[in-house]
Amino acid sequence: MTAIYTSRTNSANTALRGALEIKKIHCHFITKAVAKLCCDACIHLGQDVLTALEKGIQQETSPTGKEILEILVKNAHIATAENIPMCQDTGFAVVFVELGQDVHITDGDFNEAINEGVRQGYQDGYLRKSIVSHPLKRVNTGDNTPCIIHTKIVPGENIKITVAPKGGGSENMSALKMLKPADGLNGVKNFVIETVKAAGPNPCPPLVIGVGIGGTMEKAAMMAKESLLRDVGSVNPLADLVVLEQELLTEINKLGIGPQGLGGKITALAVHVEIFAAHIASLPVAVNINCHAARHKSVIL
Amino acid sequence: MSTIKITPPLTDAVIQNLRAGQQVLISGDIYTGRDAAHKRLVELIQNKQPLPVDFNGQIIYYVGPTPARPGQIIGAAGPTTAGRMDVYTPQLLEYGLKGMIGKGKRSPEVIKAIQQHQAVYFAAIGGAAALISKCIKAAEIVAYPELGPEAIYRLTVADFPAIVINDAFGNDFYDQGVQQYLKKGS
Repeated sequence: MTAIYTSRTNSANTALRGALEIKKIHCHFITKAVAKLCCDACIHLGQDVLTALEKGIQQETSPTGKEILEILVKNAHIATAENIPMCQDTGFAVVFVELGQDVHITDGDFNEAINEGVRQGYQDGYLRKSIVSHPLKRVNTGDNTPCIIHTKIVPGENIKITVAPKGGGSENMSALKMLKPADGLNGVKNFVIETVKAAGPNPCPPLVIGVGIGGTMEKAAMMAKESLLRDVGSVNPLADLVVLEQELLTEINKLGIGPQGLGGKITALAVHVEIFAAHIASLPVAVNINCHAARHKSVIL
Repeated sequence: MSTIKITPPLTDAVIQNLRAGQQVLISGDIYTGRDAAHKRLVELIQNKQPLPVDFNGQIIYYVGPTPARPGQIIGAAGPTTAGRMDVYTPQLLEYGLKGMIGKGKRSPEVIKAIQQHQAVYFAAIGGAAALISKCIKAAEIVAYPELGPEAIYRLTVADFPAIVINDAFGNDFYDQGVQQYLKKGS
């Protein structure tokens, strides 16, 4: 950091050299990368989910439940073999960008480059176009744009792009509540469990459940969404959250909902929790429900 | 319980033989329809205008498939959440619709209307859209092509797997199935 600071202040020559060394990424590459990620995410089920489904097959006591989990594994293999989406709802394209602060984006508009990637990916990949331009007038835009872009500026000179297509069926069963601080841990747990119970068979269980606790309303929702990008089966870096995630998963899997809501033990494959500082008056909790597929694919440019 | 094979149009005899939890294999012609198509159909019924398809005795599959690649019949074609159609369903049942395929719970009003009009609601496996597409042998748009994935298709299916959720006797297999595995006192 010191060296860079020096190069910018000492002489024009050094400053010029610094500027020339800035990594440039052409918008065209961003578009191509996003298009490929849209297709990959919709067609190929993640290995983490496949492992979790296989484990679920061993643990499920309901014969119907077990059969459904086996069908979901078979479905994933057919999708990959035939290059067709695993689910007809290829979702709202939610794009997460970690933009290195030392990168220079060239030859175009960054956000438009991402939207163009979604346009090309959904068209060329034969994915369903599920977006209406106005929430009340409801006319299909025909190319699955606009997408939703969440950009974070981070140190470094890379761009990490993650495309997470989100299906309507599971998104519709998500919920957010502003709890009172006095509601505490039990209040949080009850809200998560009640949300899953109310969702029942609708979001295509077995589920992956993202929970955001703390922050403001939108921060809680963002954390819940971002936690869905974690690998299913991965361990939370915070020790107390490891315990909370395990407790929530155990309680949720006692609800009896099971695969497809037809009864069984495996209602969820994983619960992922993220936390943030909270206001002295607030305890926001967001629950973002994902279907078993928990679709997301990333690339680093 | 062994699997029952059924073919639309569904007669009263077929429907009365179905019970919640029964697995079925559906063959023959079924029709697709989801939110936007339902809205239009019910507006036509309310205005006493003819429907683009005669749904008497037929089955509507709640699905918006992905586009077919060249050489394919259809893309991925799994069920969508049925509850969004609840507001329209009683009027279609009154009109003569006999079967629905989707996923997820129906409202008390729909469950009552299913019993009243002697119909049936089946669930297909949500998320198994690539596998389900293998049962679809022909697909043709019969109404509202401008709705894209929400157009009404006639699908010719062979051994399409589904399970009876709401039968003509007021039963709900989601309730029954979950009760069996619910851990009390949790």
